Amino acid sequence: MIKQYETVFIATPVLSDEQMKEAVAKYTQFITENGGEIVYQEDWGLKQLAYPIQHKTSGFYYLIEFKAAPEFVSNLEVQFKRDERIIRFLTVALDKDAVAYAEHRREMKASGKKAESAAPAPAKDNDVELDIEVDIEEAKED
Amino acid sequence: MAQTDANIRYLNPPTVEVRKKKYCRFKKAGIKYVDYKDPEFLKKFLNEQGKILPRRITGTSLKFQRKVAQAVKRARSLALLPYVTDLLK
Repeated sequence: MIKQYETVFIATPVLSDEQMKEAVAKYTQFITENGGEIVYQEDWGLKQLAYPIQHKTSGFYYLIEFKAAPEFVSNLEVQFKRDERIIRFLTVALDKDAVAYAEHRREMKASGKKAESAAPAPAKDNDVELDIEVDIEEAKED
Repeated sequence: MAQTDANIRYLNPPTVEVRKKKYCRFKKAGIKYVDYKDPEFLKKFLNEQGKILPRRITGTSLKFQRKVAQAVKRARSLALLPYVTDLLK
């Protein structure tokens, strides 16, 4: 059975652009060689971490979406654990809503807009936001 | 003290607070999946210390509160959101 997965990993900021490309190539190759299929990949670039990991305050984020058999995921994670360049990784199985959202997100990225967390509907997010802020203030007064 | 209700007079009319009904924003907007990769969106469900706000404040339905919690925890482990902090907003 083939499932769709999504992996985000953080590489150390000391890597050069070439080293980073090499690391990405290693994992995409590893996925395709083991019967997986890359659906999408995205480079988030160097980002500030919300808290230090291994005394580092920034890291290169990279997102890979792929289809593979469930048994393969643990192999991939072993590769991540062994790699000293990777300081953090997270693999998530995508259910049907997540797949729909991921497609929507891709389309939004392609058209140059920022993807909202809405899967199908673009949503009137603004008035929703305002309401919640009011609610929070009320709750604090209590 | 034989005051009946009709005799009590207020200087100002008593203010009856009319609270707006809370609602689940996910249900209203038709959102089905909560994305952990979007920390700016998830911040709406956190207080200044980075803790997840309870349902009684945000009005989120139970189904989506679980998804929000899951997404926040994933975002934390990827250092997109802090585990503990002051002055998140």
